[in-house]
Amino acid sequence: MKTLALLAVFLPLAGFALAGLPIVAGRKGHGVDRWAQLATSICVGVAALASMSLFWSVGLGHQPTSFELFTWIDSGAFEASWAIKLDALSVVMLCVVTIVSTCVHVYSIGYMSHDPAIPRFMAYLSLFTFFMLMLVTADNFVQMFFGWEGVGLASYLLIGFWYDRESANAASIKAFVVNRVGDFGFALGIFGVFMMFGSVHFDTVFAAAPDHVGDQISFLWFEGHALTILCLLLFVGAMGKSAQLGLHTWLPDAMEGPTPVSALIHAATMVTAGVFMVARLSPMFELAPAALHSVCIVGALTAIFAASVGLVQNDIKRVIAYSTCSQLGYMFFAAGVSAYSAAIFHLMTHAFFKALLFLGSGSVIHALEGEQDMRRMGGLGPKIRITYWMMMIGSLALAGIGIPFVFGLAGFYSKDIILESAFAAHSGPGAFAFWLGIAAAGMTAFYSWRLLFMTFSGHARGDHHAHEHAHESPAVMLVPLYVLAVGAVFAGVLGYEYFVGHHREAFWGAAIKVLPEHDSVEHAHHVPVWVKVLPLVVSVAGIGMSYGLYIRNPAKPAELAARFAGLYRFLLNKWWFDELYDRIFVRPSFALGMGFWKKGDAAVIDGLGADGLAANTLVAARRMSALQTGYVYHYAFAMLIGVVAFATWYFVSR
Amino acid sequence: MNSSWPILSLVTFLPLVGAAFIAFVRGDEQTAASNARWVALWTTLATFLLSLTLWFGFERGTAAFQFVEYAPWFPGTGIAYHMGVDGISVLFVLLSTFLMPICILASWEAIEHRVKEYMISFLVLETMMVGMFCALDMVLFYIFFEAVLIPMFLIIGVWGGARRVYSAFKFFLYTLAGSVLMLVALLYIFGTAGTTDITKLMGYGFTRQAQTWLWLAFFASFAVKVPMWPVHTWLPDAHVEAPTAGSVILAGVLLKMGAYGFLRFSLPMMPDASVAFTPLVYTLSIIAVVYTSLVALVQEDMKKLIAYSSVAHMGFVTLGIFTGTRQGIDGALFQMLSHGIVSGALFLCVGVVYDRLHTRQIARYGGLVERMPRYAAVFMLFTMASVGLPGTSGFVGEFLVLAGAFQANTWAAAFAALGVILGAAYMLYLYRRVIFGRLTRDDLRQMLDLSRREIALFAPLIVVVLWMGIYPKPVLDVFSASVDQLVARYQQAQTDAPASVTSRRVASLAE
Repeated sequence: MKTLALLAVFLPLAGFALAGLPIVAGRKGHGVDRWAQLATSICVGVAALASMSLFWSVGLGHQPTSFELFTWIDSGAFEASWAIKLDALSVVMLCVVTIVSTCVHVYSIGYMSHDPAIPRFMAYLSLFTFFMLMLVTADNFVQMFFGWEGVGLASYLLIGFWYDRESANAASIKAFVVNRVGDFGFALGIFGVFMMFGSVHFDTVFAAAPDHVGDQISFLWFEGHALTILCLLLFVGAMGKSAQLGLHTWLPDAMEGPTPVSALIHAATMVTAGVFMVARLSPMFELAPAALHSVCIVGALTAIFAASVGLVQNDIKRVIAYSTCSQLGYMFFAAGVSAYSAAIFHLMTHAFFKALLFLGSGSVIHALEGEQDMRRMGGLGPKIRITYWMMMIGSLALAGIGIPFVFGLAGFYSKDIILESAFAAHSGPGAFAFWLGIAAAGMTAFYSWRLLFMTFSGHARGDHHAHEHAHESPAVMLVPLYVLAVGAVFAGVLGYEYFVGHHREAFWGAAIKVLPEHDSVEHAHHVPVWVKVLPLVVSVAGIGMSYGLYIRNPAKPAELAARFAGLYRFLLNKWWFDELYDRIFVRPSFALGMGFWKKGDAAVIDGLGADGLAANTLVAARRMSALQTGYVYHYAFAMLIGVVAFATWYFVSR
Repeated sequence: MNSSWPILSLVTFLPLVGAAFIAFVRGDEQTAASNARWVALWTTLATFLLSLTLWFGFERGTAAFQFVEYAPWFPGTGIAYHMGVDGISVLFVLLSTFLMPICILASWEAIEHRVKEYMISFLVLETMMVGMFCALDMVLFYIFFEAVLIPMFLIIGVWGGARRVYSAFKFFLYTLAGSVLMLVALLYIFGTAGTTDITKLMGYGFTRQAQTWLWLAFFASFAVKVPMWPVHTWLPDAHVEAPTAGSVILAGVLLKMGAYGFLRFSLPMMPDASVAFTPLVYTLSIIAVVYTSLVALVQEDMKKLIAYSSVAHMGFVTLGIFTGTRQGIDGALFQMLSHGIVSGALFLCVGVVYDRLHTRQIARYGGLVERMPRYAAVFMLFTMASVGLPGTSGFVGEFLVLAGAFQANTWAAAFAALGVILGAAYMLYLYRRVIFGRLTRDDLRQMLDLSRREIALFAPLIVVVLWMGIYPKPVLDVFSASVDQLVARYQQAQTDAPASVTSRRVASLAE
């Protein structure tokens, strides 16, 4: 088992090295490209086989285990090792990550075939996969943080893969920095955990958590329930990585990266790391009800916010990006009502159908030689029939379509159990999440079919030449779609009993902890019939509305946009978040930096200090009177000096 | 461990022997220059190899001084030639000897005039730096500490850029001004305690009032060296004008002298004053982190940007030292070592393009990855190490410092952690403007990727950054015992401190 785990985790790293070596050695050419494609795909493919085998023995065989490789950081009580922890939670993630990654690697062979930097691309993909696997197999907070920041690096490199595009460079920095804001919270949470428990090891912390239920700590100006504060800090990290409301702004921009990247990182795996984190830390979150409520509310708000923005976007990838953001909101509010298993179930099914949708849209873009604007598409159904059907399967799974009590696509099971759990939680935040989730489900169906109709139906609106030459993708791109489509169809029905049904307790074992009084998944099985049917009804209604607006009456959308111009612009501009952040964070930072440099360092410190003294003292005396300059920076600066002087005086004189 | 060989003296003075050799080199200018280069390289390499015996011979798990050498110097005064290293100093000796051959190699082609004198300056500088970290007598320490200034002053003033004279004097005056106060403190110590032996002074126990004044006098000297806000403005100027290798040594080793002083003198000899002044150090450190990070964000000169980032990184170090926690001080020491490597490497990265285009203006660059993929990869690695990505050396120090700070004061931790966000912003913004983007200028198209010599420069740095990031345990083990001793002393002082604000508040709550 140890060998299998090592293979699963480290083969992608080997793939990265194998593909990267020729680049460092300065070798180029077709042979090198082919080598990079084969080496990385085979490494990740074997890792996927190893992961599935681990799923069999650890997940279905109920044999959780963990082992340390070697010590990493050792400073007094602060001890963290490189380790691999295998339990139901991590093997599920291992399978999701490696399977989707393999599909994306193979797909990329076709999709990136005309790119001049194939080895670099394949190397980055494998590097990402490695970091993600380190994240999910961590047995302590610090290794998790390693994977966490590592996937951030890979995401940064891949978003900015086409480095000669200004927009890609801007998006990649934005992704890294916004994630760092989340990591700021995550790191502080880790420090808090260490201070309280004297350890950063999961098992030690989880075992000690119940003894610390009543503890209070003071953090900055708050003084309150220790576990709540810690969980909220950690959750800030999850919000950053999983693009929850407030820290979501980087995700849509991340679509600047090549489409396979969007499928792997920004849909199926990395962005779900926050959900994984909350599930992994369930023994802590369970003891912090206020933190759970916050998770629930943030998730619900994200679900509705992103869905509403997705209604009006015109870029095919951005629609799916907002859809991802919205679905992540579902996962979070599931976790917020203690339905961690439902959250992970949806994470798993979502990985399949969302990767399918992204790769499908990549196939569309490939067919149109790079066109991404849906207003310039239309009528592609007959041209690229397979892609069309793949996208249809993905959309059906996303919308959660099925025949109740008979069979449904993946989302039918996973999304419904989330909504049922929220309802069954019988709490304020649960009800809030349930109703917002229902509304978002209607919107999801609407924008999914809007996407399908605008892309594949009607007549061609864009460049006729491009439309004429639209061609189906090669087999190397289609086969991964088939694999993912199988998952999108069957993952729900096959996983249901294990993840959230009768076998769930045996399956999850100690990996997920739910207090008996929080067991919303159990209650979800006993909700009224209308709760079970309502999501399907609103989804079908959403599809119907989309049909009415984009097929029956194609002039109507523009008319509506004109009538509700304010609302339309609000949604189209994503609730003005980017503009707001630019005003309150980005520009002031640069202005302050400039002020501190030119006024603080140059005018005050040097002017009054070294250079000033060097000039004669008379001049220095005159400058003192020139202190009243009216520059805000001078005053801010004087204030800093005052603070320092005060602190000195206060502590010396006490 | 006391070996029969005076290893520390050998490591300290071997470079001086090399310098003497170079001084006697004769021949026409070209031959002399070439010989000077080779002698300097072989000397520094030999010194490094010799210093490795310290790494292997150093006994872990004890706070005692090792490789001790003692010889009376001024009879009757007790002032002696006393050398020795403990967990805190030994790695700085190694850092100095490790960086030195790299500096020589980095100057191989960039320095064309007065090569002999240049190499002599560097070798003398090495002797002074190593001696300073080994000295166990305050007089000896003071001599080395001050003597470091002279070769560095020359390196900036003679081989520097356009405003080299201004910068050299600014550097010299700033650091000297602080040192004068240290000299006064030294005289006072000698007068009061009757000894200048550091090992004896560490347990001496000055009165509370004496500690306060001594602490401030030492602080004046060390704060300039670190440099702490607001006495940091000499650093950007010095870096900008210094030749590449000068910047490497300045950032790599010289900036560590101040923080080393805190650990060697302030904390062990003046524990009560250190506790009392902790809030001041926190405040200055946090301002340094946030303020200089913001300033770095708007820089237009590559070297200035990295210089400001150094001030921010050293803010983490001073914060960590004064948390008085095991993680804080471990982190500070680790961060000093890591920053020595990483900032040195970043200055080398600037040097690579400066040698080709002779400008440091960020706006002149862009799209370098197109023609210089190897350079882009190396630069990316060190950028990530600078922003503290886990898996690189930068992470371990920063993370431990913050973990320590959080225990001491959550405000300090939260503000310092802001620096982690800002650090990512200014470094990635720099990288984007230099490496990414469209390659439009013709002169940039002509630039060649890293040469063999340059690869040889970076390879050891890359290995060390990754090693310290992935398996830092051997490094942490070296100083664990010494740090434990320091922490014990600091925490004792904390308990002894007159009713502090928090304890008063607790008392009032209890009533």
